[in-house]
Amino acid sequence: MFSAARQSVLRQARTQLRRTQPTTIPQSSALSRLLSTLAVLEQREGKLNVSSLAAVTAGGKLGGSVIGFVAGSGGKAVAEEAAKVQGLEKIIYVDNAAYDKGLPENYAPLLVENIKKGGFTHILAGHSAFGKNLMPRIAALLDSQQISDIIAIEGEDTFVRPIYAGNAIMTVQSTDNTKIITVRGTAFPPPATEGGSATVEEGVDPKAECPTEWVSENLAKSDRPDLGSAEKVVSGGRGLKSKEEFDRLMPPLADALGAAIGASRAAVDSGFADNSLQVGQTGKNVAPQLYLCAGISGAIQHLAGMKDSKVIAAINKDPDAPIFQVADVGLVGDLFDKVPELTEKLKSQ
Amino acid sequence: MSGLRILVPIKRVIDYAVKPRVNRAQTAVETASVKHSMNPFDELSIEEAVRLRERKVPVSEILAWTAGPAKAQDILRTAMAMGADRSIHVVTDEKDASSQLEPLGVAKLLQQVVQSEKTDLVILGKQSIDDDACQTGQMLAGLLGWSQATQASKVDVEGDMVTVTREVDGGVETLKAKLPMVITTDLRLNEPRYASLPNIMKAKKKPLEKKTLKDYEGDFSARLKTVKVTEPPPRKGGVKVEDVDGMISKLKELGAL
Repeated sequence: MFSAARQSVLRQARTQLRRTQPTTIPQSSALSRLLSTLAVLEQREGKLNVSSLAAVTAGGKLGGSVIGFVAGSGGKAVAEEAAKVQGLEKIIYVDNAAYDKGLPENYAPLLVENIKKGGFTHILAGHSAFGKNLMPRIAALLDSQQISDIIAIEGEDTFVRPIYAGNAIMTVQSTDNTKIITVRGTAFPPPATEGGSATVEEGVDPKAECPTEWVSENLAKSDRPDLGSAEKVVSGGRGLKSKEEFDRLMPPLADALGAAIGASRAAVDSGFADNSLQVGQTGKNVAPQLYLCAGISGAIQHLAGMKDSKVIAAINKDPDAPIFQVADVGLVGDLFDKVPELTEKLKSQ
Repeated sequence: MSGLRILVPIKRVIDYAVKPRVNRAQTAVETASVKHSMNPFDELSIEEAVRLRERKVPVSEILAWTAGPAKAQDILRTAMAMGADRSIHVVTDEKDASSQLEPLGVAKLLQQVVQSEKTDLVILGKQSIDDDACQTGQMLAGLLGWSQATQASKVDVEGDMVTVTREVDGGVETLKAKLPMVITTDLRLNEPRYASLPNIMKAKKKPLEKKTLKDYEGDFSARLKTVKVTEPPPRKGGVKVEDVDGMISKLKELGAL
């Protein structure tokens, strides 16, 4: 009797989910069991992009099953690699070189087909260049209002995200049936990439036409840790005065610490450093153990990208620079003296 | 082909230099008597459209469009002073919850604008600095089934082919697509011009058409409910050290080294 009642609740809930008309899903504990998340994973030249696994961590917090998705040439090999990631129940892969570059024009229809087939309630991806480019297109195709760059999950429909360059934190509740979400990598540390045992399954491939042609790419080569996921970051700003000084002072300091190099917008705009190194509202978000910056005043747009760092250290000659209001350790002084001295002393330890 | 018809959607936001404050009721950010201006990325979009014309790409019209409160008219005048030919203002009521637009709603409105204005190219900012969503351009491209190139740092138009260099994690990539398409702008695309006084005067005479949401078909109501808006947790005030040795020992104490 009791179980029959429960089953009918389940059936009712399922029917509601299957409807294509937007309906409000009732808050019900029976429903949480039907919750299933698709984590869209990135791959690059047949290698799984570990930083995209934040979507798996976030999916795990939702409570339902988490299924991974990869597409591209050698999709099966990447899927087998991803199958070892802890927290994934299954990997859906599509093996087709047309998806190698993650172009949303054909990747979005591909995902929509697989989402419809799998009946997923939540679609998650990292808030990376790939996720930012692709996910809103999927959201539009599914008539769902995406929730971008979440930093916390409060319930299956309630999410927390920063707005106004991180100067305010907003909690939103979604009324959409399928929730399309991008997650901030630094807020959801990636799971272990060994020890998992997900099953691997081939997905559907609608083979949509792609009207856009990928021509070329030019990626900055670096042996240093990746800026987005580094434990330590050293960052330089306008105070470095020139590209020559930036290149003379920052890399040795980064090497002494085993850190990634970042830069403020002022340094990037002035040509001291590559665009991809920009930390801030419109650049990368970082949250390392140590963020050590020199010659950065601390404009709100820059703070938006680094103020979740565990320890912030700053060197600046202006004692009133706003960076000192957030820095745990501040040193007032000329960076052209202090940075080389710091580099030497760190090396000799 | 006659000249390109370019649509540039823009948004009025709290000025980027203002530090936003959360209101007492924790329902939103305080916007009353706070300086507003055009979203910085949208200035880049207008600038790029005007530069295409200046680079002798045949452009028959640059249309600036916004949805927002009565005051949003100011940013349309700015856009026209920068070189847009005319503009459309969908006037919304700030106090009316049913006219609070989200990116999906804006994309659906723009889909209809594109169709009625026979637009060939839509240039939007990559994100608005208030909501930080990064969605509208991609959603619009999806609804129209057009090519998209987001976070553009270089745009070349030759005939009906467009080559766009876009900023991605770790560097740049180049895409090529046929018109019509949707492009979103990144910071490095250009340096927006200041509107000169004569152009500001001229912009006052350019056509500005007022509409309401009722002039468009469909449901644009919000799908997300704001539960609350709070201040981020403040960082604890740190210490200043005298010298490099002091910095190293303090960092060790904090466990960062």
